[in-house]
Amino acid sequence: MHEKTIAELSAGLAAGDYSSVELTSHFLERIEQLDARLNSFITLTPELALEQARAADQRIAAGDAGALTGIPMAHKDIFCTLGVRTSCGSRMLENFISPYDATVVSKLAEAGMVMLGKTNMDEFAMGSSNETSHFGPVRNPWDVERVPGGSSGGSAAAVAARLVPAVTGTDTGGSIRQPAALTGITGLKPTYGRCSRYGMIAFASSLDQAGPMTRTAEDAALILGAMAGFDPRDSTSAERPVDDYAAALDQPVSGLRVGVVREFMHGDLDAGIAASVEAAIAELQRQGAEVVEVSLPNAHLSVPAYYVVAPAECSSNLSRFDGVRFGHRCEDPKDLEDLYKRSRSEGFSSEVKRRIMIGTYALSAGYYDAYYLKAQQIRQLIAEDFRRAFADCDVIVAPTTPGTAFPLGEKGDDPVSMYLQDIFTIAVNLAGLPAISIPAPAVNGLPVGFQIIGDQFQEGRLLNVAHRIQIETDWHQQVPEGF
Amino acid sequence: MSLKPDDVSKIAQLARLAVSPEEGEALSRELSSILDLVAQMTAVDTSGIEPMAHPLEMQQRLRPDEVTETDQRDLYLGNAPQAEAGLFLVPKVIE
Repeated sequence: MHEKTIAELSAGLAAGDYSSVELTSHFLERIEQLDARLNSFITLTPELALEQARAADQRIAAGDAGALTGIPMAHKDIFCTLGVRTSCGSRMLENFISPYDATVVSKLAEAGMVMLGKTNMDEFAMGSSNETSHFGPVRNPWDVERVPGGSSGGSAAAVAARLVPAVTGTDTGGSIRQPAALTGITGLKPTYGRCSRYGMIAFASSLDQAGPMTRTAEDAALILGAMAGFDPRDSTSAERPVDDYAAALDQPVSGLRVGVVREFMHGDLDAGIAASVEAAIAELQRQGAEVVEVSLPNAHLSVPAYYVVAPAECSSNLSRFDGVRFGHRCEDPKDLEDLYKRSRSEGFSSEVKRRIMIGTYALSAGYYDAYYLKAQQIRQLIAEDFRRAFADCDVIVAPTTPGTAFPLGEKGDDPVSMYLQDIFTIAVNLAGLPAISIPAPAVNGLPVGFQIIGDQFQEGRLLNVAHRIQIETDWHQQVPEGF
Repeated sequence: MSLKPDDVSKIAQLARLAVSPEEGEALSRELSSILDLVAQMTAVDTSGIEPMAHPLEMQQRLRPDEVTETDQRDLYLGNAPQAEAGLFLVPKVIE
């Protein structure tokens, strides 16, 4: 059953080939057997899952089922889940039981999906290797000595190892797309505001966005359709109807103008990654798409601007963790100041502290204009680059990452080298655009991601282009040995 | 741009983080390397560029002034490290 896509599982449930309880038990057993090698889950919720599966089976029997009813899934541990621990990968929230559901969680539950548990992640979604988690690193099923990427590393590893058909992720600077690329799965970061941020623990509020991580674009279309939509509880939720993503999947790509970014494909790009990305572009050309060169002259400024904007917003968001209302509290505080300082220092690990401090510095008196304001102006320049490029093309394509999965511990001591993992993904977040990463041909047995970027609210187009590649190639069908 | 351990202590105080002298050394190095990365921005002339605070063209929505949340005090206090009589407890603040 774990070989099948969601679309196939849905047909199997409808035909009565198996029940949701059987399906759920099957995936729970796989997690039980295989996840010790990956550490992709922080919390499992088997009892809740079987209860949801039984309810789904009743809906199916009553003829009240949708395409996702009875399909097992998991949530990144950044999404609040009522009555279930929500740790955000941090000691700070090690014992936090969420008193409510995130909107994305309740929407997928209403669609009848069955939650198996909560997946591992970099602490507070800050990291590109899943090594900053308080619950230990996640390993890449393609080579367990390598990282799965991050921050949604547990989500990516679990889908790649086929422990679960679909998982939610979040993407602030590449945290869905980069791990999707390094583990050979499909990951979509929607337009800013497309999915509700309510109940999604905030990192950088003007960048954070939730999205699906699956094995195919078709599955991502089904999940996004259920996740997306206006939410009055999120003040920056986009007030516009959700497209029928599944309906647009098959549209031919002949005549599609595909923009190749000059600055990304020349110069220092790794030869293996370049050849793999060229193969994906050639497949689109074979189907009649037209390739045009586009330029993003300010894209090289995206990492510097991001490492002001994201830490600034993070330092503000994470000020709520004060050891008073929820989260970790130090032993025997001698006064309120000591309570704050020691609770925060014990609860956060080094990467989170670094980012809080950079953000605090950038926002402090005398530095605001030089850092935060400047970064917001650069952000505008990057967004303008994209606006100009989309005048000449329908989608933009690029590598997702500069290399394949790297060994655990390799970038441990060097925050900046870790940050440069996201050079091809961050500009998209700054501009608020949607982008998808799908597998391109592997290099030395390790997955490579092909990134397709769209103008705002063009998720349907991205899923369509990704699906057209996937129905003609088998790059997304490769599975890691032993899983 | 290089930060000295003294600067790190000041920032840590603003952020309400306790930083030991050894951590301060490492942090001053790491934070300086991040600021060097960020310094690439200074070479760009951004005069007259409208700062972009947010990716979507939108205005702040207002909702009707009605009660929408129910009282769940006990549920929320359940996550507090220390609570009593419906209150969050902290060390004495007023002498």
